[in-house]
Amino acid sequence: MLLGIIPFGVITGVAMVASGIPPLVALLMSLIVFAGASMVASAQLLASAAPAALIILTTLIINLRFMMYSASLRLHFAEAPLRWRVAIAYLIADNVYGLLLSRFSEHPKDEGKLEYFMGAGIVVWAAWQVAVLGGILIGAGVPASWRLEFAAPLAFIAMTIPHLRDRAMIAAALAAGIAVIAAHGLPLRLNIVVAAAVGISAGMIFERKKA
Amino acid sequence: MSVWPVLIGMALVTFALRASFLVLPPGIETPPLLRRALRYVPAAILTAIWAPEIAVGNEQLLAGVVAIAVAWRWRMTFATIIAGLLALHLFAWLI
Repeated sequence: MLLGIIPFGVITGVAMVASGIPPLVALLMSLIVFAGASMVASAQLLASAAPAALIILTTLIINLRFMMYSASLRLHFAEAPLRWRVAIAYLIADNVYGLLLSRFSEHPKDEGKLEYFMGAGIVVWAAWQVAVLGGILIGAGVPASWRLEFAAPLAFIAMTIPHLRDRAMIAAALAAGIAVIAAHGLPLRLNIVVAAAVGISAGMIFERKKA
Repeated sequence: MSVWPVLIGMALVTFALRASFLVLPPGIETPPLLRRALRYVPAAILTAIWAPEIAVGNEQLLAGVVAIAVAWRWRMTFATIIAGLLALHLFAWLI
């Protein structure tokens, strides 16, 4: 699992610095925001001098999936003390969620869920921060001919596939993919907003047809 | 433009999304319609992030197809990234 996080963290660090934001800002962003996809997108927007409100809106849309993870993890951790739930919330990430969900569905009555989540979450968090720092330090040192920037979409492909467990989910992904490209001409990255709406609707329509 | 408001705004928004349901007191039910809609958010948003990046040219598209196949078969992020990058260079060289 860490083998997947480290290259993605390094690319995120490289991409942030390459888009022109100061290394210290990139590092702070990694520590307090801790969400790779939105960091790469906002670094590009920052570099193109986009308005602050747009950058924050883009972050909101890209990270909307954390709300779903939050709702899902609540089923397991609703009874935990608030301070633990706050800690869990901060550590939520795509790969931690995926790992935990497969574990929890295999061992639903597992006693040590909280410890397991915190353990996995902290390891992933630490590996991620070190990887991003590495990427920031490497910065523009990676030869452009390696085309390492393409690793970012590849990492997202790897994160998407495990979600595609049924037809409705595949419909949501396909519809969102088509919509984001069809709406490419929209200004201010609004095509992601359109794609989210189209994808969610497609998923819900296909789910209803099956029932 | 100072980057600080952006940075703090991003951090607040992201944490609010992560904390949203987890910090609600026990006993509150998530509305079923919202939960159904949220189910599709990761698949839709994640796809919307990578689809434009592989749609920029033939070699990217073919490398993307290879990556999807590898991810589907082996479910390993690292293998997906390596296979996709190798495919990108291979197709760039072939085309």
